[in-house]
Amino acid sequence: MPTEAGAQAPARGSLAYDPRVRAAVYQIVLVLLVTFLIYEAATNAIANLRAAKIASGFGFLEVTSGFDISQTLVPYSAAASTYGDAFLVGLLNTLLVAAIGIVLATVLGFIVGLARLSRNWVVAKLATVYVEVIRNLPLLLQLLFWYNAVLAPLPAPRESLRIYGVTLGAPGMFASLVVLVGLAAAYLLWRATERLARSPLERTLGKIAATIIGVLAGFVLLFRSGLLEATEGGIGFLNNRGLFLPKPLFGEGAWLVPAALAVGLVGAVAFRVWAKRRQEATGEQYPVGLVAFGLIAGLPALAWVATALVAGNPISFEIPQQQRFNLRGGLQVLPEFVALLVGLVTYTAGFIAEVVRAGILAVSRGQTEAAASLGLRPGQILRLVVVPQAMRVIIPPLTSQYLNLTKNSSLAVAIGYPDLVQVFMGTVLNQTGQAVEVVAITMAVYLTISLITSAFMNYYNSRMAIVER
Amino acid sequence: MNVATDAVRFVRAEPVAAAPPPTLTRGPVAWIRENLFAGPVNTVLTLIALYIVIVTVPPVMKFFFIDAVWSGSNRDACRPEVLGRPVGACWAYVIDKINYFVYGSYPISERWRVNAFFVLLALGLGWLLWLDAPRRSLGAIYFFVVFPLLAYLLLSGSHFLGLEPVPTSLWGGILVTVIVSLVGIVFSLPFGVVLALGRRSRLPIIRFFSVVFIEFVRGVPLITVLFMANTMLPLFLPEGTTVDRLVRPLVGVALFASAYMAEVVRGGLQAIPKGQYEGAMSLGLNYWQMMCFIILPQALRIVIPGIVNTFIGLFKDTTLVAIVGIFDLIRTVEASRVDPNWAAPTINTTGYAFAGIFYFLCCWGMSRYSLAVERRLAAGQRR
Repeated sequence: MPTEAGAQAPARGSLAYDPRVRAAVYQIVLVLLVTFLIYEAATNAIANLRAAKIASGFGFLEVTSGFDISQTLVPYSAAASTYGDAFLVGLLNTLLVAAIGIVLATVLGFIVGLARLSRNWVVAKLATVYVEVIRNLPLLLQLLFWYNAVLAPLPAPRESLRIYGVTLGAPGMFASLVVLVGLAAAYLLWRATERLARSPLERTLGKIAATIIGVLAGFVLLFRSGLLEATEGGIGFLNNRGLFLPKPLFGEGAWLVPAALAVGLVGAVAFRVWAKRRQEATGEQYPVGLVAFGLIAGLPALAWVATALVAGNPISFEIPQQQRFNLRGGLQVLPEFVALLVGLVTYTAGFIAEVVRAGILAVSRGQTEAAASLGLRPGQILRLVVVPQAMRVIIPPLTSQYLNLTKNSSLAVAIGYPDLVQVFMGTVLNQTGQAVEVVAITMAVYLTISLITSAFMNYYNSRMAIVER
Repeated sequence: MNVATDAVRFVRAEPVAAAPPPTLTRGPVAWIRENLFAGPVNTVLTLIALYIVIVTVPPVMKFFFIDAVWSGSNRDACRPEVLGRPVGACWAYVIDKINYFVYGSYPISERWRVNAFFVLLALGLGWLLWLDAPRRSLGAIYFFVVFPLLAYLLLSGSHFLGLEPVPTSLWGGILVTVIVSLVGIVFSLPFGVVLALGRRSRLPIIRFFSVVFIEFVRGVPLITVLFMANTMLPLFLPEGTTVDRLVRPLVGVALFASAYMAEVVRGGLQAIPKGQYEGAMSLGLNYWQMMCFIILPQALRIVIPGIVNTFIGLFKDTTLVAIVGIFDLIRTVEASRVDPNWAAPTINTTGYAFAGIFYFLCCWGMSRYSLAVERRLAAGQRR
């Protein structure tokens, strides 16, 4: 490169030392090099494909696939579906495990991260051991461990491990009233203990007692009202064929419940925006958390009760039935899915815990002390001062952890969960041999996901960046 | 006033022995009170944590040590119905298979070459990692240039040197894990630096290519890169050329690691104050002199923890080559745990436990080393 320019040196010596000329030469050489490499690769690939008699182009997406997939979220059959359908099935499976995994990993990660910061020695050490062990072992090893060493030796369906629990039944008018009265009583009990307590200790103990009494009373009332039904043989089963859970069956008017949930969510967000504006204008504070909880949890419950009273129970559950050699009915979750989910969640949670810890440590002690000297209570300090500032540090690395989880879900191929890589890059690639197209499509999917994520991150960063004078 | 006062006058001649500090504010009791039972919530947390410890620790100890089987030559040694007691880890199986785990199917008569490779590796690592070692620049040349060549000649062999050639299909176990990680480390550092410089370059086309490469590789999972290297590398080369099965994932791992390394190095480059660049330029240094003598030595020093973290990630990610059919440690464990000669209930867990201990020790060691270096470097910066 410099020698190339130097070759012309005798005639135009000064030109070789002109930075603009040098820059142009460097860049032209790079472009030529890359073009040459791409050209070589393309011509070789075309020649090789022709020699191996492999078709090219995306026509294969319309060809009948002829293989089965163990978990399909959309209708799919080996005889009638195409490779394009197989791609869609794999993509949805990837998105499913990623979405559930992100939610669970966030919860576990925040718990572990806060536990590491706890002043409680046992709790902090326990969280530290968890993080150190999880982060220093390869994910693939953990997945294989969960799949081959934990799930595979589980008993056969006959001796399934049982999960006991309750399912939702149809509420009646009288029963609903009873439930409401019970909840109101629990709330009044809470308020009374709060007012009558003379010391913080008494107040805490009183609150705990009220909560326990309220929850117990609520459960009793719920069972008496028929809203919850206990099942004798257990509601779920865990065995070497996977996890069997109750399957929700949607009746007439079932759409009202998610619709009410959506309305509640929108309402809660709107109320929060309004309350914030109002607080900034007047200084008045509103119980945003309580109202939001009421809207998000209360509206769907109301919609459900109303639908049940008018048209019969909108959502009922089909409980898996244990038979001689297998389980019938219910919702079957593949052992591969369980292993992948558990592995991804525990692994990513270890990293999220460190992100959370770093974020909270990044808020200086002076902030807490200043807030305390303003007279804020500990809860308020956390909610109004520490968390908003910590979130600014936490969100960007947290998002990249979410992205990592999504990308790591491609390790499903090692334990046979039919995700995008396993279905498309594995089976479809082997059957069609169209490596270039299949690899390009798969990589395009992951690239799209990661570009969308980084676009969101840039938007968030630009919104949250500290505005300096 | 009162005469009797004289009679009861009392003056202490020696000081009273110091009273012990109140147990509730000092000492273990107070520590426990303050740290474990400070309030109702804290107490509940302590009880939950203790419960978790009680539930997890004794079974793990039992599995690893108390119920473990240490000697035996086949599955009967580890079957509970034969032994008549619960069986934990079957270390006898690991001991029986240890040569396979370390060397794979490398010919038994040639295994001294693998051992020599490990010794050369330890020499290079020690030279490079011991910060007070003499002539560390020579160590870097040894590790990045001489050692890879020696290792290649030693392991694959050649008739010229009188070493029997060993095809890579016979290599396996920890040997392959180490080779894949080393190739990743040795290639990713220089390529990463070049890519980072390219991304920070003023020349738009060079910057564009660097950004596209880095973001592309970082946006896709390693396993897709490995699949690509496996299926597409042979396609892109002229007809008739074959790429060794082991080299394909090595190319994938090296490309992948370079992109991540580039981002780490870029962080270091961005942390160098502008004055350093301007000072170097005002001394009349050209671009490469400025980078080699002024900027990179400072930038790389800042990002040593980040580099080690990338190495740890890379070391863990090397397990993925098992998926594309390379016999690394994970794959040898997978292959040997289904050996009918060792069919016993705890073989799976024992195999994974062995691999887990190996990976944990390596990764944990690396992170401890990085912490120590960080502390040492911070000592110089402290005011």
